[in-house]
Amino acid sequence: MYTEIVMDHFNHPRNVGVIEDADGVGEVGNPVCGDMMKITIEVEQDTLKDVKFQTLGCGAAIATSSIVTEMAKGMSLEKAVAITKRDVAQALGGLPPAKMHCSILATDGLKAAVDDYLVRNGREPISGGLAHDDPHFDPHAHDDHESAG
Amino acid sequence: MPDRVYLDYAATTPVDPRVLEAMLPYMTERFGNPNSLYAAGREAHAALEQARVLFAQGIGADLPNEVIFTSGGTESDNAALVGITSAVGGNPRHVVVSAFEHHAVLEPAHLLGKSGFEVTVLKPREDGIVHPDDLRGVLRDDTALVSIMHANNEIGTVQPIADLASVAHERGALFHTDAAQSLGKIPFDVEGSGVDAASFSAHKVYGPKGVGALYLRRGTPFRPLLGGGGQEFRKRSGTQNVAGAVGFAEALRLMLAERDAEALRLASLRDRVIEGAFARIPNVQLNGDPTRRLPNIANLIIKGVEGEAMLLRLDAEGYAVSTGSACSSGSLEPSHVLLAIGCPPELAHGSLRVSVGRFTSELQIDGFIDALVPIVDKLRSMSPVYERMYGAD
Repeated sequence: MYTEIVMDHFNHPRNVGVIEDADGVGEVGNPVCGDMMKITIEVEQDTLKDVKFQTLGCGAAIATSSIVTEMAKGMSLEKAVAITKRDVAQALGGLPPAKMHCSILATDGLKAAVDDYLVRNGREPISGGLAHDDPHFDPHAHDDHESAG
Repeated sequence: MPDRVYLDYAATTPVDPRVLEAMLPYMTERFGNPNSLYAAGREAHAALEQARVLFAQGIGADLPNEVIFTSGGTESDNAALVGITSAVGGNPRHVVVSAFEHHAVLEPAHLLGKSGFEVTVLKPREDGIVHPDDLRGVLRDDTALVSIMHANNEIGTVQPIADLASVAHERGALFHTDAAQSLGKIPFDVEGSGVDAASFSAHKVYGPKGVGALYLRRGTPFRPLLGGGGQEFRKRSGTQNVAGAVGFAEALRLMLAERDAEALRLASLRDRVIEGAFARIPNVQLNGDPTRRLPNIANLIIKGVEGEAMLLRLDAEGYAVSTGSACSSGSLEPSHVLLAIGCPPELAHGSLRVSVGRFTSELQIDGFIDALVPIVDKLRSMSPVYERMYGAD
């Protein structure tokens, strides 16, 4: 049910860990739901110089976390917050419908870390909000459209 | 690829070669329809009825015609719930099922709830046992049927079926039990336990998939789910699966012949899993009553680890086990069984069910624990909350 790319990222996750004295930290998810992600970023001239993650969750949660750090490294903050759950799923060669919410965990974690960096530096957040902050967020909705942001 | 080690016997079992041998002739040379009058039909009929006698004896039924062969445990459960409630006389309005039944009971109960019945979903206690006093408290004068499983398929706890059946009968309700998981593993006698109906499945006891049985005590009201040629005493139409029935009866015969010695051997393997995990992994918990349980199932919570991730890593090392995490089921909720016994969701996501069987060895268990320890370490070290929630060890 998982693609080879998902299994590769699950078995050999990239960029695991915590950046000491990170410029931004994003923490999303909830152990009650079984998914929890922490992402730390190092920023230089509004570009993501380094990205690391820690994730408690299933195979898809770990794989989406891993690949989103690879995708985001070297990106501008603006481009990084524009990564969608579909981009993540596509990069993994697809995800089972029931696992699409795992890619939201990854994109939300990244957005939260970028916003944290901006707010710390007295700037406006740019992510447009997290799916996890929406009280109507249904991680198992199978519709394909992206939430605004 | 490493050698495969199968530790999920509660999910299914391989067909025992001795069972296969008994079945084979009824698929090839003795292929007759047991409902035909000529010699080939009579031969198949004799084999089917011989299987029924053997099976009925094995479960302690008084009469062979109290056993009907079905397509499996799910059909037997559906037939019991729907078939009995739709045939009970008077004005029955109420059905009781336990909260940790198999979905093959919960789903038809849910459907009964939509077709005019009131359904009480009775919680087991935290020990994983449905207590007779708790059942007594929810029964009503118009309760038609109570369905409580004999042994739970996820945590292995064994219910006091005779006491529960007698409590149901005191209030005039009929009693069904899903005994798919306990069959041939621990003593069970349909006549002695007093149940009115019981479900069984062949593939849990080294028989073939797609074969089950439903015990219906003589006189139990029942309306068939399947209409047609009137086979199985008009209770289950459809040409019988003769080879399947022969295989199921042989599988049960072997289970019973080897039961007492095998129960001791399996319990020692099961305890080796539990003791190994407790000795080498911090923050582990055992689910369900430690003594009133099947000899072959250990259900553990590995705190701070998600079950599917553990399962996939174990699979990569060659070990097949199962988990009650939400992610493995494709739903948001973790195991309804673990939630029913009061396990908080954040712990239920980290459950691991290890079930041993006929071909499990001590060496395999030791290898499994050796594989599990570093997997848990690795996944915990990747978690953003493990240290915070469970502290450093």
